Amino acid sequence: MRALLNPLQWLVEFVVSVGRGALFFVHLCWLGVAALRRPRLVIDQIHFIGNYSLSIILVSGLLIGFVLGLQGYYTLRRYGSEEALGLLVTLSLVRELGPVVTALLFAGRAGTSLTAEVGLMKAGEQIDAMEMMAVDPVARVLAPRFAAAVFCVPLLAALFSALGVLGGYLVGVVMIGVDAGAFWSQMQGGVDWLDDVGNGVIKSVVFGFTVAFVALFVGYNAQPTPEGVARATTTTVVAASLAILGLDFILTALMFSAD
Amino acid sequence: MKRSGVDLLVGMFVLLGFGALVFLAMRAGNMSSAVGLGPTYEATARFDNIGGLKPRAAVRSAGVVVGRVAAIRYDDQLYQAVVVLALDEQYKFPKDSSVRILTSGLLGEQYIGLEPGGDTEMLAAGDRITLTQSAVVLESLIGQFLYGRAAEEGSK
Repeated sequence: MRALLNPLQWLVEFVVSVGRGALFFVHLCWLGVAALRRPRLVIDQIHFIGNYSLSIILVSGLLIGFVLGLQGYYTLRRYGSEEALGLLVTLSLVRELGPVVTALLFAGRAGTSLTAEVGLMKAGEQIDAMEMMAVDPVARVLAPRFAAAVFCVPLLAALFSALGVLGGYLVGVVMIGVDAGAFWSQMQGGVDWLDDVGNGVIKSVVFGFTVAFVALFVGYNAQPTPEGVARATTTTVVAASLAILGLDFILTALMFSAD
Repeated sequence: MKRSGVDLLVGMFVLLGFGALVFLAMRAGNMSSAVGLGPTYEATARFDNIGGLKPRAAVRSAGVVVGRVAAIRYDDQLYQAVVVLALDEQYKFPKDSSVRILTSGLLGEQYIGLEPGGDTEMLAAGDRITLTQSAVVLESLIGQFLYGRAAEEGSK
C-alpha cells in the first residue's frame, strides 16, 4: 500500500537495503577470513553446521541416486543404451543436483538454525550486550558461522554426489543388472574432472556463500520479537532457495554453454 | 575430553568430504587417465576435415589408448586443420605411420586411429604425420550415395 502511495520513497528504501546487504556481505567475507585466526570458534561451528547436516545429506543423496538410477534406466532402455546409465546419473548429480539440492537442504537444515540463533541472540539483547562490552558481534558471532558454512557446503555437496553415484550403482548394477564395467567406463569417458566435477565444486562454493549470507543477514536484521524471529526463519528459506535456483541458472549458462 | 570429541567428529567430516571429492574426480571422472598418461611427445597431423574431433580425444592404435589430442588449430594458408597429438613416451611409432579420424560406435565419440607403418626410422617430437584421412561427414556420404544411385539409374 505504501509502495503505491509513494513509489519514490519505496525505491530509495530498496536501494538502501541493497547497499546495506552488499556492505554486510563484504564485511562478512573480510571478517570471515579474519575469524580463521581463532580456529576454535570456526571448528565448533563446523561441528554444529556440518556434522549435524551429514545425516540428511547422506540419506538424501543415496535416495536421489536410487531414483535417478531407476528413472534413467526406464528412459535409456527405450533407446537400448542402458550402459550410459552411469554417465547420466553422475553428470546429473555432479553438475546440477549435487550442488543445488545440497544447498536447498542446507538452507532448510542449517540456514534456519543460524537465522533463529542470531535472531534470538538479538531478541535476548545478547548482541547489544556484546556491543556494550566493545566486542564486535559481527566478528565474534557471525563471522565464524559464515566461514564454517562456506567451508561445509562444498564438502556436503561432494558427499551428496558421491552417495548418489553409489545409489545409482546399487539400483542400476546390483538390482537391475546393467553391466558394471560399462557403467563405470561410460562414466569415466564422459565426466571431465575439471569441467564437470570442478565446476560443480565452484557452484557449491557460490551456494555456500549465498545461503550463509542470506541466513545471517536475515537473522541479524530480524525484528527482536518472537514473531520477528519466526518470520525471519521463513524468509531465510524462501530467499535462500530462490537465490540458489536463480544463481544456478546463471552459473549453468556461464559454465556449460561452451560445448 | 569433550573438546577432542568435537575435533574428532569435525576431522572425520572433513576427511569424508575430501574423500568424496577425490572419489568423484578419480573414480567417476577422468582425472586418473588424464594425469596418469605420463610423459608425452608431440606430433602434428594435417586434416582436410576433422568432423567433430575435440581436444583431449583419445589416440588409439590397435584399440589401445596411446595418447591424446593436445590441441586443434586452423591453418589459414593451407585451409586445413592442424591437430597436435600428445603421444605416450613409452610407445614409438614408425615415421610413415598414418592417422585416421574414426568414430566409436554409430553415434559415439570421435577419436584418432593410428596405423603403424613400416619405416625403420621412428617418429620424434615435433614431427609431422603426413598420411592422414579425414573424418567421414555423414552428409557428404549420403550425397555420394545419392549421386551413385542416380548415375546407375541413368546408365540403364
